[in-house]
Amino acid sequence: MTAYIVRRLLQLPITMLGVTVLIFAMLQLLTPVERSALYVQSIPHNEGAIDALIRKYGLDRPFYEQYWRWLVGHKDAVTGEIEGGVLRGDLGFSRTGRQMVKDLIAQRLPATVELALWSAFPIIGGGIILGVIAAINHNRFLDQAIRVFATLGWSFPTFVFGLLVLLIFYAKLQWFPPGRLSDQVNVIVMSPEFHRYTYMNTIDGLLNLRFDVFWDALRHLILPIITLSYVIWARILRVTRSSMLETLRQDYITTARSKGLTERVVIYRHAFRNALIPVVTIGGLMVVSLLNGVVVTEVIFNYPGMGSAAARAAGSLDALAVLGFVLFGGVVLIAANLVVDVLYAFIDPRIRYT
Amino acid sequence: MEESMAAPKTPHVEETPGLYLRELNWLEKLIGPEWYRLVRGVFTNPLSITGLIIVLLFLLMAAFAPVLAPPLEIAGDPYLIPRDGFSPEPKPPGTVWRREIPELPSWYPKVIGKDHWIHLLGTASGQFDIYYGIVWGTRTALFVGVVITAITVVIGLIVGAVSAFYGGWLDDLLMRITEIFQAFPFLLAALTLSAILVPLFGRGIWPATIALITFGWMTYARMLRGEILSAKERDYVLAARVVGANDTRVLVRHIVPNAIYPILVLASMRVGDYVLSFATLSFLGVGTEIGYADWGQIVSFARDWILSLDVHWYIIVFPGVALLLFGLGWNLIGDALRDILDPRLRGSRG
Repeated sequence: MTAYIVRRLLQLPITMLGVTVLIFAMLQLLTPVERSALYVQSIPHNEGAIDALIRKYGLDRPFYEQYWRWLVGHKDAVTGEIEGGVLRGDLGFSRTGRQMVKDLIAQRLPATVELALWSAFPIIGGGIILGVIAAINHNRFLDQAIRVFATLGWSFPTFVFGLLVLLIFYAKLQWFPPGRLSDQVNVIVMSPEFHRYTYMNTIDGLLNLRFDVFWDALRHLILPIITLSYVIWARILRVTRSSMLETLRQDYITTARSKGLTERVVIYRHAFRNALIPVVTIGGLMVVSLLNGVVVTEVIFNYPGMGSAAARAAGSLDALAVLGFVLFGGVVLIAANLVVDVLYAFIDPRIRYT
Repeated sequence: MEESMAAPKTPHVEETPGLYLRELNWLEKLIGPEWYRLVRGVFTNPLSITGLIIVLLFLLMAAFAPVLAPPLEIAGDPYLIPRDGFSPEPKPPGTVWRREIPELPSWYPKVIGKDHWIHLLGTASGQFDIYYGIVWGTRTALFVGVVITAITVVIGLIVGAVSAFYGGWLDDLLMRITEIFQAFPFLLAALTLSAILVPLFGRGIWPATIALITFGWMTYARMLRGEILSAKERDYVLAARVVGANDTRVLVRHIVPNAIYPILVLASMRVGDYVLSFATLSFLGVGTEIGYADWGQIVSFARDWILSLDVHWYIIVFPGVALLLFGLGWNLIGDALRDILDPRLRGSRG
């Protein structure tokens, strides 16, 4: 088991290296002049400036040289200082974020984590409950109804559903606003009396005993949470449903029934617990869906997290920021899958990794 | 004499005690038991029948687009939505069409009851007619969906087949590469690549299509690899080798046709997913040019009207419903197919 985990951990940097090589290769589709534009805010007017930029960042160099430079940094010919280098923790400067990529990620991360954490509860809870109900009522009305509900959610593009939610709950009913905090609450949060422990407004609000802050932050989170949950439910529901269906067909369930146990005991004591084992894998599935969903959701609800920053960076070709975000997302993805695999083996004694 | 020459009469199956063979109907004889099980499953489930009807309606809409929404006679590209002026303010359904009016089709006066064009579903910012965009957008959606599905399957097929058949270091290498592609956060990766491709191809359907293909083939490669690895050990492969077939022949004529069947079925049902992803990229601004008949592109006009969405609801509701129904149609069919193909559910009720 330990050997397996170590091997997986060793594979991680290799995969990430491959990911960055691939993004770099993608950028080679642009000409050096186009690539030089990725590093400046406005296009310089004389050609000499562009040439200087290309030389400064080595954009006319071969692919591997540029990549090496991004990876380990580069000694500036004039000042003699070493600049850049991902391995030194320097991801470069983000043109759209107007700050270092590292700081941009650090600044935007808490908002996204807050959104993801709050969404995880309804996603997991709702998905499992609906999946079990559907399986118990296999092929009956309730099963069909739940599947239609879930398939609708799956068929909804996140942006269309998010906009409809905005249309109803914001434009029409004025219940829940977009954004992250109201202006007046933002003043409280920014004030020196308000101690920021985690930079997640709901949690900080509770820790500071400022329930008005907590409520305001939650009010802003509700619409994105609804959107994310609804579009992700279908996947989790499917896994739970088919796992429960399979469990209900096992011999030990027949045995339990033939012993005269009530259907209730059979389902909740015997089937449900065992059916939940493969459901652990949805942890990985959920992280994948959240990573995709968060981008669109944050853009629509004008929520200042990593997703909206990444979408803006990608849309305006802020290459260094995109590299940073993709790298970050990739690490999260691989780590989540590793945790899920280990957890799976831990819960299910039949699984042994070697 | 003649009677003794005849082959000994085999006992009729029905007469053999304990052996019962059901009657095969003409369809099962024609398409074989596996496909018959699929077809029967799809046509007996009310949900998948609904899906089939929805997809069929979209196909009809795409085929009859020039009749449903005749393009302007002077305009070159019918995929560019005719615009009634340039005002940024969207206009509600029922507004009279004043500029760039298309020809009136024969069905129009009977169905609508008017003898001039109105904007049936309103206009988006820039006075692009939403009805026209939705009708012609069906063609864009089907084209994009089919192209992405076909090419991703071919790539997955080649990578998966080579990887599984040759094994060894080549398998290792190809699977590591597949893992690298899978390690990307999908949407972000596709967004980046299409943003890079826009200056190369210009805005249109190709940047987003290529981006979705680049990050969409991995599932098929892995699935096919798994299928082939198990098919490789079967007796008919050994038999083919004994007869003297070479690698390519064994792979192309014997292994792939047996392993590919579930993949083709599932892939064809992912057309809906691809179209939704394509629309998402269009919505985020790296897809088709403004005014192109593409559902995601029309919805993206709503981004400027978030505060007054209750007034301009028609910008998102109509193209949104088109996208939803399109995705729903394919997913309903796909859902039924997956249940039929899932070996763990085989033989269960229904």
